[in-house]
Amino acid sequence: MQPMDPNQIQLNQEGRLKHFLTTEGLSKEILTEIIETANSFISTQERSVKTVPILRGKTVVNLFFENSTRTRSTFELAAKRLSANILNLDIARSATSKGETLMDTLWNLESMYSDMFVVRHADSGAAHFIAQHITPNVAVINAGDGRHAHPTQAMLDMLTIHREKGSFENISVAIVGDILHSRVARSQIYALKTLGCNDVRVIGPNTLIPKDIESLGVRAFNNMKQGLKGVNVVIMLRLQKERMQTALLPSESEYYRLYGLTTESLAYAEPDAIVMHPGPINRGVEIESAVADGPQSVILKQVSNGIPMRMAVMAMAMGGQNQEQTLSEQEEAK
Amino acid sequence: MSLPQPKQLIASMVEDLAVHTQDNPDIVMVGIHTGGAWIAQQLHQQMKIENELGLLDISFYRDDFSQNGLHPSVKDSQLPNIENKTVILVDDVIMSGRTIRAAMNELFDYGRPEKIILACLLDVGHRELPIQADVVGKKLDCPLSQRIKLSGPDDLTLSIVTL
Repeated sequence: MQPMDPNQIQLNQEGRLKHFLTTEGLSKEILTEIIETANSFISTQERSVKTVPILRGKTVVNLFFENSTRTRSTFELAAKRLSANILNLDIARSATSKGETLMDTLWNLESMYSDMFVVRHADSGAAHFIAQHITPNVAVINAGDGRHAHPTQAMLDMLTIHREKGSFENISVAIVGDILHSRVARSQIYALKTLGCNDVRVIGPNTLIPKDIESLGVRAFNNMKQGLKGVNVVIMLRLQKERMQTALLPSESEYYRLYGLTTESLAYAEPDAIVMHPGPINRGVEIESAVADGPQSVILKQVSNGIPMRMAVMAMAMGGQNQEQTLSEQEEAK
Repeated sequence: MSLPQPKQLIASMVEDLAVHTQDNPDIVMVGIHTGGAWIAQQLHQQMKIENELGLLDISFYRDDFSQNGLHPSVKDSQLPNIENKTVILVDDVIMSGRTIRAAMNELFDYGRPEKIILACLLDVGHRELPIQADVVGKKLDCPLSQRIKLSGPDDLTLSIVTL
């Protein structure tokens, strides 16, 4: 289930977002518009009335085939703050486990007049597949698919970097850890390169770095201190403990010694470098507590930024669908 | 159609607004992005209003979202406390009245103002909602096929755009 041309399906005939499946191939203009829209939603989140009426009467379905508490709850909160109605479906424990196919599940949900699906799935390409087969005028948001993409996480990280550093052009960013299995890293790399960041580095053992990574315009490092030298942003990835069982890593303690972000290794980055992590963090496995809780950490700001970012892509995708519907009705009327 | 100079209209709006505000020093001025914000900046300065100028982007409150989607360049709304204050809401051109409806809906999500006074640089008619401005720089008869556009923020000028 590999995606075809992501943009043909993500954009409507006016070039506006109508699904949000991947950061790959989206223009700088669209990514910047997403960041600016999210920025405007931040100011609504500081009011006593936090909801805006823009998705009033719309129904959003959280379709999580894979567990995720944080992502699911921020999508739920984002939908509620846009005044949408939201239905949470824990598919892992429902119909699919009784043998229903993915398309049957979808057709059933469509019959309930849903307007948007937020999809998390263990298979790469699942959100694309759904977007290809869904009824017109229903938006699909990818909340993480296999190893492929996690575009809302990447964009909330871009929002965080933009707010902390002001621009992307003159900064160096290092992504540290299991790049090979990380959908977050992939989505971040596409977004950073498109937004104009010229120095993106990945740091990790060779077993966890894809062989063709440099074709994306990034530099790979196996040495933490060399890789972190002079960077403005350090993005740590969670070490998925299940990787330990395969032969990809020697041991947790050795990984921490070589690639853990400690006060000592962070000193190689710029003094005002920010430290990011998509969570959940493993203290003492990939990051030292003193760093995670320290003054350079923006990990909790990332969590706060998750809500306005998800509000932005939901509002934009629904808007793109609305516009497409209007245009096709006008076309039919002619 | 000859178009007036915004600068002169703003001067007359300052005089007209003074009548509405003479007994009330605790005024908050709020301009609607983008043109309304430019007019509000001028009025705010000339009327020497003490409370910080508020700016409103109504994109998340527009009633045409279900037809046209989200406006492509949404700006930040930044408002000082409006609870129990007299708010002077400022826009450049009033036509259908839909922008003002959206702006009032948004204002109430920031608090409950004691009173809202509406001030617009131009009133071009063609109202679709029962909303009228309290203070108007000038009324113009503008055909539905035309729109009047304010350019700025330096050297505010008006021009006619034919649809």
